[in-house]
Amino acid sequence: MTLAFPVAMKFAVKTWSNGKARAGQLQLGSCPSPMETPALLLSTRKGLPLFISPDLLPDLPYPDSALLHVSPLHFVETMSPNIISKLGGLNQMLGLHRHAFAAFPRDSVQCLPEFDSSNKLGASFDTPSGRRLIKPVDYMELICSLKPSLWATLADEVPGWVSDHRNKASVDRTVKWLDDCISQSPASGAVFGAIVGGSDKEQRKRCALEVSKRNISGYWIGGFGFGESMDDRPALLNEVTDHLPGERPRLISGLGLPEEVLQGVAAGIDLFDSSYIYHLTLGGFALTFPLDLLNLAEEFPEKTMGIDQSKINLKATVYRKDTGPIVEGCVCYTCRNHTRAYINHLLNVHEMLAQILLEIHNTHHYLGFFQAIRSAIKEDKFERFCDMFLQKRRDHLTAAVAVGA
Amino acid sequence: ITRKPETSNCAPALSQREFLPAYLHCIPLSPPSASASASAFVLARFNRARAARMTLPHFVCETPLFMPVGTQGTIKGLTTSQLEEIGCQIILGNTYHLALRPTSELINELGGLHKFMNWPRALLTDSGGFQMVSLLHLADITENGVTFQSPVDGSPMLLTPEESIQIQNKIGADIIMALDDVVKTTTTGPRIGEAMYRTIRWIDRCIAAHQRPDEQNLFAIVQGGLDPVLRDICVKALTKRNLPGYAIGGLAGGEDKDSFWRVVAQCTAALPEDKPRYVMGVGYPLDIVVCSALGADMYDCVYPTRTARFGSALTPEGVLKLRHKAMAEDTRPVDPTCACMVCRTYSRAYIHSLVTKDAMGSQLLSYHNLYYMLQLSRDLHYSIIQGRFPEFVCDFLKKMVSSDNHLNYDTQITDVFLPMKTLYLKMRKLLKIFLTVTSPSGSAMPWRLQKLILELVSHHPRPKQRSKMPLGLITGIARAMRRKRPSSLDILSSKRAPRNYYKGKNCKPTGFHTRKGGYVIVPEKLPNYVVPDLTNFMLKPYVSQCPIEVLTTEASEPIK
Repeated sequence: MTLAFPVAMKFAVKTWSNGKARAGQLQLGSCPSPMETPALLLSTRKGLPLFISPDLLPDLPYPDSALLHVSPLHFVETMSPNIISKLGGLNQMLGLHRHAFAAFPRDSVQCLPEFDSSNKLGASFDTPSGRRLIKPVDYMELICSLKPSLWATLADEVPGWVSDHRNKASVDRTVKWLDDCISQSPASGAVFGAIVGGSDKEQRKRCALEVSKRNISGYWIGGFGFGESMDDRPALLNEVTDHLPGERPRLISGLGLPEEVLQGVAAGIDLFDSSYIYHLTLGGFALTFPLDLLNLAEEFPEKTMGIDQSKINLKATVYRKDTGPIVEGCVCYTCRNHTRAYINHLLNVHEMLAQILLEIHNTHHYLGFFQAIRSAIKEDKFERFCDMFLQKRRDHLTAAVAVGA
Repeated sequence: ITRKPETSNCAPALSQREFLPAYLHCIPLSPPSASASASAFVLARFNRARAARMTLPHFVCETPLFMPVGTQGTIKGLTTSQLEEIGCQIILGNTYHLALRPTSELINELGGLHKFMNWPRALLTDSGGFQMVSLLHLADITENGVTFQSPVDGSPMLLTPEESIQIQNKIGADIIMALDDVVKTTTTGPRIGEAMYRTIRWIDRCIAAHQRPDEQNLFAIVQGGLDPVLRDICVKALTKRNLPGYAIGGLAGGEDKDSFWRVVAQCTAALPEDKPRYVMGVGYPLDIVVCSALGADMYDCVYPTRTARFGSALTPEGVLKLRHKAMAEDTRPVDPTCACMVCRTYSRAYIHSLVTKDAMGSQLLSYHNLYYMLQLSRDLHYSIIQGRFPEFVCDFLKKMVSSDNHLNYDTQITDVFLPMKTLYLKMRKLLKIFLTVTSPSGSAMPWRLQKLILELVSHHPRPKQRSKMPLGLITGIARAMRRKRPSSLDILSSKRAPRNYYKGKNCKPTGFHTRKGGYVIVPEKLPNYVVPDLTNFMLKPYVSQCPIEVLTTEASEPIK
């Protein structure tokens, strides 16, 4: 049941950690209960998850899975804004009344920004229907018809290696388009201002300060995930978040891997959009890393060298006769009902059901990871959590090196 | 495997009652038969149509029923919980594919196919014979079994009836099929008879090799092509073996519908009344309704799921092509009368944007199509029990042929649904069948049904196609008709023929075609030219055009 007058988004920080990581609560219009941050946005295609069918969605932990990311560019060419408005916007069209939608154009899998073709009129993206130049006017038309709970303004994202001139131009355009989009914004839906700036700290700071001057509900940070090195990233992230007001939520796009998520949380970011689950599922991988790190004793089982303790490739022949669930004790649909042997068989015969089951498990597991991050922040053990996590990931590499040496 | 007790009166266990309405009232008409673990218990009849309850080790099924085909251990795109939700009773598994991957030994080790795919209800496996013949290169059928080329390494392999039953025993389905010798319905000559007699000889071998007769029900398959005499011999011979059920095979090929329905009618009239009848490969909704009226109980087909993956939805009005661009503006649900999750939630416009581009589109459409087929089976079952079968059939036909559908579209779209003319012709054939089929006691169809169908037919005269083509096109076509055409006796060349026409130049083949469409060259078959040593060879490969003085004799004077 949708509310007649959607309540605006409300965000409040509940716990601060020693560093800049924070845990908060986000109340969105269409969700009955508040979400806790840091949180993961589930990636979708045209509003529905890639493989998880809508009647299996309630099985995922709620309200953790309530926020879905949709890219308006998926609807370019396939559905006109008139039809979407006639069908009542996203929540009505998809029948997902308990879920909230976050709309921003960048979808790290299908809709990648093309900085070469962007110009002062609009930003260029590679969409499923070809390369398109999206002007703020067209973008706002789509947003108004989709009626998402929160949406980001159009941004000109550039990778870190462009020239300073280009970088400066991208910041100027983004701020201009921010004003254009705000002036045409729909009645409902929280506005998230876009912050870009490449790898130039000055530009990042300038953009953050400019955007924070406007009266908007949150910030969407773009320009990451284009292949910049992980070592430089924390400094840039800190540069951005230092100059943003603390009581508004921050959403970042492009940081998918667990290590990157930890970097983002450490810099003070609340919402993450990730394509990690998508790539894992397509490759036949299932996440298996332990989530309960803080209470785990040090007897982490050292299996044969070379096995990555964080995920397993179910296409491997060792799982042909393995009748256990993917992860012992996991309560997702896949682990309750199916065995590794069955998923191995499905992957070998190229059946779609394999991707469905794997996406359910991986989403469930990754949401559990975020839950672990939140508990660590609340118990003020976040730095230790980060260290232990990274150490476990590298353990198998050191073990392999030790044996090989 | 837990065996369900044989029920001697009507009420089923409460746990299986999810999709039974509260007003079900069973009228037992025949006592349960004494076969091993499948007892078909006919609940009600209308002429030759029957609604029955079939008790299998894993589930109690209600016929007429439709079985989705889960080829490789899963229905494409649907989880087992979704299948239970839409009311699926039996799933079909293909022995050939499962024996290839993951092998029947693995399935046996892991506790059977039920446990492997976590499907609590009933399963049926076919013998693998049909796939061999249709999929594999160089499948040759001998008295011993089917010889084929193993897809793994190309070596010749043999599938005997004993081995087929053994594999099916390991897989552990509730119903298993005997290996039969299948011929295409378009075959003529003694091959059909040979196949039919061989099927009978093989059924004895299958029965002898069956090691789990009290947990798995062996069904025999009636063959015999389109020849009523052969079919009759086959039915009689198989009935003598007193098997738990019988299938009518060899009919899923390219035969015309008239012959198809006649064969089904003949077989259902001759097969025993208290055993289930399974028409293999029958999938179109219209065919299912007709065969149910003729007395068949079980059907399977890949059609609903396959057509879903290609973007077509099954509705009471026909096949709806969601890929058509008219669907992009349509905000109605796929089928307004359907109660499935897809039709309650999504619009045609949204599904149009998903089909063929995203996996979710084929998932949602498969869900809807299977729901439609299973709802059709339920409707058939309950309409027979409640004594309103003829009304149901007339309603079903009326919806399919109704012309109201076309008025809903602003534009002239006649190819979104099947053309009315085709349906109309189909319906006339159906009418003929209904009017000629009689019940076992000899009385004709009730006059009410005849009247209803005649009314339907008279309200829909043969539709006239009004031409709306511009004048230029018409004159162009007239010109083409007047043009002198070369005689049709001209030799057909590749240029004039349809695209698939192949005409060679009498070169010997140098290899063989693979199943996937490629071509493998066999080195032994390549032409080997033996070229002699050409050192100090004086002749050149051309004749010089320059005149050379040649001394000739007097005999070369010009003749007067």
